Amino acid sequence: MKLKMKRVLITILFVLFGFVLQGTLFQRLALGSIKPNLLLVIVASIGFLRGAKEGMLTGFLAGMLIDVQFGGLLGFYAFFYMVTGYVNGLLGGTYYEEALRIPVAFIAASEFCYGVLIYLLMFMLRSEFDFPYYFSHIIIPELIYTILVALALYPMIRLINYRMETEEKRSMGKFV
Amino acid sequence: MSKHSNSLKNKYWFGGLCMLCAALMLLSFFAEQVGGPFKIVASFTVIPMQQGVNQVGIWLHEFSENFKTMKSVQAENEKLQEELDMLMAENSALQQEKYELERLRELYKLDMNYAEYEKIGAHVIGCDSGNWFSMFTIDKGSLDGVRVDMNVIAGNGLVGIVTETGPTWATVRSVIDDSSNVSAMVLSTSDRCIVNGDLTLINDGKLSFEQMENNDNTVVIGDQVVTSHISDKYLQGILIGYIREVSVDSNNLTRSGYITPAVDFKNLQEVLVITETKEDVKNKTNANENVN
Repeated sequence: MKLKMKRVLITILFVLFGFVLQGTLFQRLALGSIKPNLLLVIVASIGFLRGAKEGMLTGFLAGMLIDVQFGGLLGFYAFFYMVTGYVNGLLGGTYYEEALRIPVAFIAASEFCYGVLIYLLMFMLRSEFDFPYYFSHIIIPELIYTILVALALYPMIRLINYRMETEEKRSMGKFV
Repeated sequence: MSKHSNSLKNKYWFGGLCMLCAALMLLSFFAEQVGGPFKIVASFTVIPMQQGVNQVGIWLHEFSENFKTMKSVQAENEKLQEELDMLMAENSALQQEKYELERLRELYKLDMNYAEYEKIGAHVIGCDSGNWFSMFTIDKGSLDGVRVDMNVIAGNGLVGIVTETGPTWATVRSVIDDSSNVSAMVLSTSDRCIVNGDLTLINDGKLSFEQMENNDNTVVIGDQVVTSHISDKYLQGILIGYIREVSVDSNNLTRSGYITPAVDFKNLQEVLVITETKEDVKNKTNANENVN
């Protein structure tokens, strides 16, 4: 129970740090006014490592934070991030998480879908049809930057997850 | 067996959360108060962290700055700069006010005397988490008297408008945001136009304007563009920027072009919030008319 609490707390801290850093530090690290989508990396990684349920709860929390501060419609980003966590959780179960290639590919795919969906729902519906511009100036640069960040961040999340898992296994052993 | 029931459980969780999201979207579409409790949670968790990170950032910045200049000089400079910004804002506001007043008196025999707006200063503590919109949060909220629809300026130009407030924070949508439209006019000719933020122009540091009447008035490059008197949300006569390009549209009825904003949106650190909304001003003038 105590360990579960610890895991929940660590996950919440991850999301909070991601959100805060994205709005402050990464504002300064933006390349050509493009910043990486830190929260998506965190949500997809946790989904991938921990399964669908934790993925979608983390995604919901992350999306809700964005909604409260920047979203027009409460629940809009929450839905996006929740689905990201869920889908990555479903896919994660069928692959080994040891290699870096597959999870990063999933994160990249999530980021790509996210970019295209935001364009479709927030821009195309306002009759801004210059998709090639948005594609080449926002979606692709954000994708590349996010992949770079994922390459650094995913191993960190995996390491912390691994530490927690061994701790949990050890305490399970005590009872048995 | 257990794996199967687990995935079934997950599906229920997923469905439930989907429904929750949909319900929240519907609710917040029809009633604006839904976000209230969440906003208060945000002001206990994220906002202090953002302020903290910013303080660390500012501290580091100052630390590195100290290698170059004496601390006292820097402090003095900062103070003077602040004063200068305030004075510049005041000066341009006064000049515009005077200009407006003269013209209005001349033309309409109206002695509209809009008092100098009350302002409060605020720090920018966080920016939008995505790349699609240009919003930012400031460290003053409803407890400091900030309300939705208040205009935000920096130096001597319009920055944006408050779209959401929490107890200790507020979200500002800048005029360069893709969903921002401001009713404006050219100061020299009084021709009205609509100033649009545009994501495709942000990196060029431009704003676009359109729907300016194609009449005999010549608009030259460098003309000041200010908020117009017919705007519902923006107070009259706040400088938006300077005309950069102007061309006649293919319909020959309207003109459009680009504006260089008066504010440097890349390096926005301190802003001033005008604690008077257009609504207040309108009510005030209505009350005055009733008295007369």
